[in-house]
Amino acid sequence: MKTLIINGTIVDPSQKLEGKGYLRIEDGKIKECALGEAPKALNDEKVIDAKGAYVTPGFIDLHVHLREPGQESKETIESGSNAAVAGGFSTIVCMPNTIPPIDHVSLVKFILLEGKRVGKANVLPTGTISKGRAGEELSEIGEMYKAGIVAITDDGSPVMNSFLMSRASEYAKMFDLLVMDHCEDINFKGSMNEGFYSTKLGLRGTPSISEEIMLMRDILVAGYTGGRIHLQHVSTGLGIYMVRDAKSRGVKVTCEVTPHHMSLTDADLETYDTNFKMSPPLRTEKDRQKLIEGLMDGTVDCIATDHAPHTYTNKDVEFDNAPNGIIGMETALPVSYTTLVKENKMPVMRLVELMSTNPAKILRLKAKGSLKAGSDADVTVWSADTEYKIDTAAFKSKARNCPFQGKSVYGKVNLTIVGGEVKYEA
Amino acid sequence: MPWTKKDLLGLEKLTAEEITIILDTAKAFSQIATRSIKKVPALQGKTVVNLFFEPSTRTRVSFEVAEKRLSADIVNVNIAASSVTKGETLLDTVKNLCAYRIDAIVVRHSCAGVPHYLAENIEPSIVNAGDGMHEHPTQALLDIYTLREKFGDLKGLKVAIVGDISHSRVARSNIWGLQKLGAKVTVVGPSTLMPREIEKMGEGVEVSYDLPATLKKVDAVNMLRIQREREQQVQFPSLREYARYFGLSTKLIDQTPESLIVMHPGPINRGVELSGTVADGPRSVILQQVTNGLAVRMAVLFLVTGGTKISEE
Repeated sequence: MKTLIINGTIVDPSQKLEGKGYLRIEDGKIKECALGEAPKALNDEKVIDAKGAYVTPGFIDLHVHLREPGQESKETIESGSNAAVAGGFSTIVCMPNTIPPIDHVSLVKFILLEGKRVGKANVLPTGTISKGRAGEELSEIGEMYKAGIVAITDDGSPVMNSFLMSRASEYAKMFDLLVMDHCEDINFKGSMNEGFYSTKLGLRGTPSISEEIMLMRDILVAGYTGGRIHLQHVSTGLGIYMVRDAKSRGVKVTCEVTPHHMSLTDADLETYDTNFKMSPPLRTEKDRQKLIEGLMDGTVDCIATDHAPHTYTNKDVEFDNAPNGIIGMETALPVSYTTLVKENKMPVMRLVELMSTNPAKILRLKAKGSLKAGSDADVTVWSADTEYKIDTAAFKSKARNCPFQGKSVYGKVNLTIVGGEVKYEA
Repeated sequence: MPWTKKDLLGLEKLTAEEITIILDTAKAFSQIATRSIKKVPALQGKTVVNLFFEPSTRTRVSFEVAEKRLSADIVNVNIAASSVTKGETLLDTVKNLCAYRIDAIVVRHSCAGVPHYLAENIEPSIVNAGDGMHEHPTQALLDIYTLREKFGDLKGLKVAIVGDISHSRVARSNIWGLQKLGAKVTVVGPSTLMPREIEKMGEGVEVSYDLPATLKKVDAVNMLRIQREREQQVQFPSLREYARYFGLSTKLIDQTPESLIVMHPGPINRGVELSGTVADGPRSVILQQVTNGLAVRMAVLFLVTGGTKISEE
């Protein structure tokens, strides 16, 4: 199948390409990507008019929870894939904290098969670091790697045992496999960020150091083993500072920031709305400003959603008893665009780098995150000219645990192409 | 200005005028306790549910007596919070109660924000009888009532609150309420039990770790009950050491100005935060607080269920 996308603004950080141009797709691959006047369409070529829209490499979310197997009432690989393409994500990386956890090659194969059967976004599994996510012994990492995992992580939980973490990092290094960590010292227990607002609301606070201590631990481990560690959902200003410092010393760490941490703060919890409860928690305005600084200056490698679906019933309870997490794939582009480009003057090129180019690099996906000829034809066409209000009722995800309902935003996905095929059209 | 609120969720969102309405109404109700027939028909035909998800004797009894003296019909529901999390959701439990067309719910829960959550989702009036570490408005109102009784106008009054400030809803409600009426609050306790940035709760709030020095400068001291449960074992080393630094002993009370009054929300750990002699001594207003609590709770129930300001006949 052949496709020609015309009249759009091509933005491809991998080639430093930005401007009016065209894109040619053939047999699931990018055939040609160039600026300037589009050539005449071939007879067998489907033409897509992207007038007024950006044409960028497909977004990659390296942090989502699809809940399957085990918690299908929250989300499935199918509903999650639909949410992904509706949010402009052509590739998603699912976390292994399912029930049972993805700690064995059989489960890795199940995720891959089900992802292919659904056939929307590319669904890439991760495997657990420890068997049963129990934090005690290593999973069969090599076996799972062979079956197709793109990273190991115990996400949902941190790896509290530093000895195990250093062994995991050392072992994964053999395969150049990424280790991702949810940085949290679980001995600190709380429902929100510790600070003025936790004092005021009478909710138990989790201090920023609970995250920073583990983040520093991981930086030390990565520096010592030489392995690659990806720090998930960094939420504090000091965390950004530590990552910046580690990178300047050549430590192989990368990090992500979520759209909610860059746009919301602990002051938003005043209503006790459980859709503002997640781990790590929303931090202070000062932290938020430092996250934006890190996103702007290159310290932060990518944006990831930590899409964490829960049923209405799960969340409609006392604040302390509500589970952590919010969904994010269908609000990632508008929230990030509005926060970074509209409010903080980030170049669109940098936004695309954060949402596509860099996550592909972190995952070593050589054929993705780029519009270069020969790359996989994963393309997101989106526009940002009109303001609209987020409406969770229209979401493809099964879940509605979203703090952005009714928020005025810019940035809307028009079309998501995966492997040369249109998988979502607004 | 008349009372307009359907609920009493906390003191943070109340104005000084609203607090004054409650206190004035309580003053009027306080007379009832002195009569031979201690009952008025103010809530006749109304149903009040005392919904306690946390064990409570004092507050529950105080509310119950208040409701009886107002002639309300009462239902007491005591549920261990844990059994709710296992089965029925909180909202289902409460909506079932609401199906009986009840008029008010007095709720206590170990999770902060529960009264607010209920108020948003159901019709009857909600009176917060303590939510987690958040607020305990009727306790603070009775403390303030007692202070007003002793000192008149609260403007410029200095009050120390001593103990586990971190976990105390009594402290938070007092901080909001006292400041609104112009009083200043010094919170005193071990640094591990002092919540972060508490001084941002208002310009009238000060933090101190020195009880003897603080007591020389204040008009009243509110000694909070100190508990040393599982989690507290890393918060401070022992009750003995706590008492040494933050307990109000006979020796210490003798070094304070004669006018200083001693309050305690109860139940007292005699010999820990408060010596028995001080608790029973002339400075103590602890039992007056209990008596005043009744009038304050009658006033609150009366106002939230739609009563207008009663006259002091």
